[in-house]
Amino acid sequence: MAGNASGGSGGLIRWLGVVSLPVALAVGFAAAAGWLSPHRVTPDTLLAALQGVDGAHPGFRRNHAKGVCVAGWFEGNGQAASYSSAFAFDTKRVPVIGRFALAGGMPYQGDAPGKVRSMALALKGPGGQEWRMGLNDIPVFPVSTPQEFQALQQAVRPVAGTGKPDPLAIRRFRTAHPWLASAGKALAERPITSGFENDTYRSLDSFVLHGVDGHSTAMRFAMVPEEQKFADLPGRGENASFDQLNEAISAHPLRWTLVLTLAGAGDAVSDPSRIWSDKDQQITAGTLTLTRLASETGGDCTGITFDPLVLPEGIMASDDPVLQARSATYMRSFGERSREKRPVPAYDPAVVPGLEPGAKTGSDSVSPEKAS
Amino acid sequence: MNPIVFFARSSRVLHWLMAVLILVMLFVGVFMAASVGPAYHALVGFHRPLGIALLALVVLRLINRFFHRPPALPIDLPPLMVFGAKASHWALYALMMALPLIGWAMLSAGGYPIPLFGNDVLLPPILPHDAALWGWLRLAHTVLAFALFALIMAHGGAALFHFLICRDSVLQSMVGAGSVSPTKSVSPRVTD
Repeated sequence: MAGNASGGSGGLIRWLGVVSLPVALAVGFAAAAGWLSPHRVTPDTLLAALQGVDGAHPGFRRNHAKGVCVAGWFEGNGQAASYSSAFAFDTKRVPVIGRFALAGGMPYQGDAPGKVRSMALALKGPGGQEWRMGLNDIPVFPVSTPQEFQALQQAVRPVAGTGKPDPLAIRRFRTAHPWLASAGKALAERPITSGFENDTYRSLDSFVLHGVDGHSTAMRFAMVPEEQKFADLPGRGENASFDQLNEAISAHPLRWTLVLTLAGAGDAVSDPSRIWSDKDQQITAGTLTLTRLASETGGDCTGITFDPLVLPEGIMASDDPVLQARSATYMRSFGERSREKRPVPAYDPAVVPGLEPGAKTGSDSVSPEKAS
Repeated sequence: MNPIVFFARSSRVLHWLMAVLILVMLFVGVFMAASVGPAYHALVGFHRPLGIALLALVVLRLINRFFHRPPALPIDLPPLMVFGAKASHWALYALMMALPLIGWAMLSAGGYPIPLFGNDVLLPPILPHDAALWGWLRLAHTVLAFALFALIMAHGGAALFHFLICRDSVLQSMVGAGSVSPTKSVSPRVTD
């Protein structure tokens, strides 16, 4: 070799020089990856917190695990077009794929009236533009940050032995987060409709509309059903509310109105646990029509994730911290479940309740109103 | 000692530009993958166009390499180290090429729209929509990014090994501000 790699302290210093760069890079990399900060909230720790409550169910979504695919279309009415250049606010009809689900990570949970229902949608615009959303039938989100979400999951985790959450842990969470009391009250007192088909689903998180004139408007939005029924509670039973939804959608297309609520002066844009003023301006932006259900096995909703930050040009994320946590964690959940063996979902709309699994109805006979 | 044979100026510019960008890319990538905000969304939006820029740069770099051969390795380098040097360099090229392509391919297979700038400029998908494929490509993106980072650590260590232990001119040939490129050099050189 050309050099004289001499021994002694000079040689040692030279060798230290050689390893200094790789070591510095490795330490920086470990710090960026969070390996030196075990308390950092990451998509993995959020998923672990969820699984701590509901257990591991390979192949299923880590939250809203029990669901069914749905399809239809959306048609804007032009009334929101001055606030946002997004395709959805045009008057053109666009195809929609979506999913109805129950909140929680248990894919075989039985239906019950108090369970949180969700509607996830992907509005498919021209040129590959998409608006994806995950909406829930609750008035506000129970927490305001991903850190609080994780702490809440840890507080409601079932305790070994009883299989139920520790009431003390829940009380501790409540005392430590007094600012979430109003959200908890709103959730506990929410009116419950008789099923998926007549429920109101809300974005909870806030977004920002961008108009062609460069004007920005913060908003939340909701899908409001054509008719709401509070009279009868949904039936109990393994899949009672899914069967009821299937019956309703087989009888006639189900419609919802997209209502945008524009943020007023006192509204908390960055905190999804805060209720907004009921005096806020609302805009009816279009109509969602859903016409048919499909099993998650092979259904169009299974191979995507309803990441609320998949947004079209004209709609942007607000600085609501929960929004980014949802985007990051949905992606992680989507990656993990896609590598796992395909599971058998609890509900298949082609199976008639009471009959043996595998008995198919003529679900194709439902009038196939095609989205353009 | 022979006068130093430098890399061509274009090679040096591409090397150091990509070195900075790739390190930024790897640190941003590993940070955002373990983040739920507040910078998460902005970093993802930065990661995609930077990846596409790096894909363009590595293509440019391979073309540049075809026209400007690198200076020869020191003639007294043991055969095993010569092999290590050559293998690690081709592995670096392969990973620099593969990572942006896999990133683009995994989002395609995952059915994601792939915004390049804002939400209005989208990249076309380069693979059909297939969730299982998305899942495995997403994992490959992480594993290969770690492999690239490990190679970069080894590459940096090896450069310092040449400089501090071998005391040859390998490091200077890429660092040097001198303008003596292999084509202009008058010193005899062993062809690559």
